[in-house]
Amino acid sequence: MIWNETKECMSRDEIETLQSKRLVKVVDRVYHNVEYYRKKMQELGLEPGDIHGIEDLHRLPFTTYEDLNATYPFGLAAVPNSELVRLQASSGTTGKPKIAVYTRRDIDIWSECAARCMTMAGITRDDIIQVGYGYGLFTGGLGAHYGAEYLGALVIPMSTGNTQKLVTMMVDCEATAIACTPSYLLHVAETLRDQGLLDKIKLRVALCGAEPWTDNMRNQVEEMLHIKAHDIYGLTEILGPGVATDCDHHTGLHIWEDHFLPEIIHPETGEQLGDGEGGELVITTLTKEGMPLLRYRTKDLTSLDKSRCECGRTMARIQRFKGRTDDMLIIRGVNVFPSQVEAALLTIDGTTPHYMMVVDRVNNEDTLEVQVEVEERFFSDEIRGLEELSRKIAKTLKLAIGLNAKIKLVEPNGLEHSEGKTKHVIDKRKLY
Amino acid sequence: MFIKQLSVFLENRKGRLDEVLTILKNHDINIISASLADSSEFGLLRLLVNDTEKAKMVLKESGFMAKTNDIIAIVIPHKVGSLVEVLSLIDKADINIEYMYGLSTESDGAAIAIKTSDLDATVRALESIHPKYYTQEEMR
Repeated sequence: MIWNETKECMSRDEIETLQSKRLVKVVDRVYHNVEYYRKKMQELGLEPGDIHGIEDLHRLPFTTYEDLNATYPFGLAAVPNSELVRLQASSGTTGKPKIAVYTRRDIDIWSECAARCMTMAGITRDDIIQVGYGYGLFTGGLGAHYGAEYLGALVIPMSTGNTQKLVTMMVDCEATAIACTPSYLLHVAETLRDQGLLDKIKLRVALCGAEPWTDNMRNQVEEMLHIKAHDIYGLTEILGPGVATDCDHHTGLHIWEDHFLPEIIHPETGEQLGDGEGGELVITTLTKEGMPLLRYRTKDLTSLDKSRCECGRTMARIQRFKGRTDDMLIIRGVNVFPSQVEAALLTIDGTTPHYMMVVDRVNNEDTLEVQVEVEERFFSDEIRGLEELSRKIAKTLKLAIGLNAKIKLVEPNGLEHSEGKTKHVIDKRKLY
Repeated sequence: MFIKQLSVFLENRKGRLDEVLTILKNHDINIISASLADSSEFGLLRLLVNDTEKAKMVLKESGFMAKTNDIIAIVIPHKVGSLVEVLSLIDKADINIEYMYGLSTESDGAAIAIKTSDLDATVRALESIHPKYYTQEEMR
C-alpha cells in the first residue's frame, strides 16, 4: 500500500525538478532569515541567486553538530518563536542537546512522512498501534504517535518503562501493530513467550527504529511473533522517525526525497559521491520551516540506490548502514557519546579519568557496563566506601546519559592507558 | 594490642585471587588468616600475614591496590558463651562491629579478628574481662 502515490512514485525527473525548485526556496529562506547561514554563505562568496537547482548543491556549506552547538538553542530557527509549536531534542557530544524546532506545518509534514512509513509497513487506519517509544524530548514517541494518528489508526501511547502493562494491553486491546526500538520489541517478544501469551496476541506488524539492527534480529522477531517487521530511520535534527523506511522487499530504506534531499559524500574530503558509492549520508531539508538545515552531516555511513523499486516507489533507498564516522553509540535507542561518560566521571571524586564502556546485547537487550578505575585513596579495608562510590557513579551516569549502567570498579592502571587515542568502547553487538 | 591487617582490592575477574596468593607464596609470606568480602562488582581480601609491610610492597609492585590498617584480635577460649561475652560488652558500649573473622592461634587455639567503629573504645570496653590479645609478635 502507498499513502501518497503522486509523490512516492513520481519519476526521477519529476523528483529532481521538485527538489531543485524547493532547494532554491530553502536556500533563499535561510539566507534571509538565519544569520548563521547567511554568514556561512557569504564566507563562500555565495548568494541565493547562485543556486539554481540540485546541480549546485555541492556549492552549499555543510551543517554539522558543531554548528548546532554553536547556535544552541535557537540560532538556526528560520521563523520567529510565535510560529514555532514544538521543540524536540536528542543528546549531543558535549552535554548540549541537539535541538530541533517545528512549525505547525513542520508537524503536519512530519506526520505525513511517518504515516507514509507506516503505510509502507502495511499499517492502516484499521490498526490498533502501541507506541512503545519514550514520549518527551526524544522524537520517537511523539513522532510515531502523530504519524499513526494522521494515518487514522487507533494509537495506544504506551511510552517506555512498563513492559508488563504493554504486554497486558497488547493482549487485552488486541493491538495489531507496534512502534518501538528493535531491541525493546525482542524484549517484549520474550516477555510474551515467558508468560505463555504468544498465541494470545493479534499483533501483525512492527515498525522499529532509533537504533541499528541486523537482518538476523528482524528474522528472529518475525518468527517469534509471526509478524512483519520494518525498519524506520530518522534523526532529530532532520525530523525524527519518518525520514525513511523499508518496503516489503527490504532492499533499503526509501527516503522521502520530496522533503529531504539526500547525498553521499566522502567523509574526509567532503566530495560528492555517485549513486551506489559508500560514504557519509548528508541531508538537506527541503520543506522544513522551523529549522531548515543545509547539507546536514548525519555521520551515518551508507550508500544510495536510486533505481525503481519493485514496490513501485521511485524514492531513493538508503542501503544498509555500515557504521558511523564518529564514536556515537546507540544503546537501547539512546544516543551516547563516550565524551559524555568521561565528563560525568570527571565530576566524581574518587575516580580517575580512565574508563572503558562495554556494550553488549544479552537476551536481546542492550547492556552497558562502565569500568572505572578507583583512586587509591578511596580504597580502604571497608567495602562500604567502594560500594557507595559505585552507586554514586551509577547515579551520575544515569543523569548524564539517561541509561542505567552496570559499574565495575577496577584497580588503578587496570585499564589501558596510552598517549595516543585510547580505546574507550568495546561494542560486542556487531550491529554493522 | 592492635595488629596490622592487609586489605587487597580484587577486581571481579577470574584468577585474580589466585594471583595474590601466588605472589605471597613466591615471596615466602605466610598467611595466618584470610577473609574475602565480596560485592557483586568487586572483592576485598583481608589478610593477616607474618610480614604485613613486605606483603603490601610486593603486591603493590605487581599492580594491586593494597592498604594496611589496625584491627584487634582477641583470643577466644573454646568454651560455650565466650564469644558472646566479648561481643555483648562491645554492643553495650554502643560500638559498631564493621566486620570480623576467625583465626587459629598456636597457643590457645582460636582468636577472633574484629574491626569496630572505634578500636580504642573497644579496648576500654573490654578491660573488665582482661581479654588476651593476639599480638603482632605472635604473627611473625
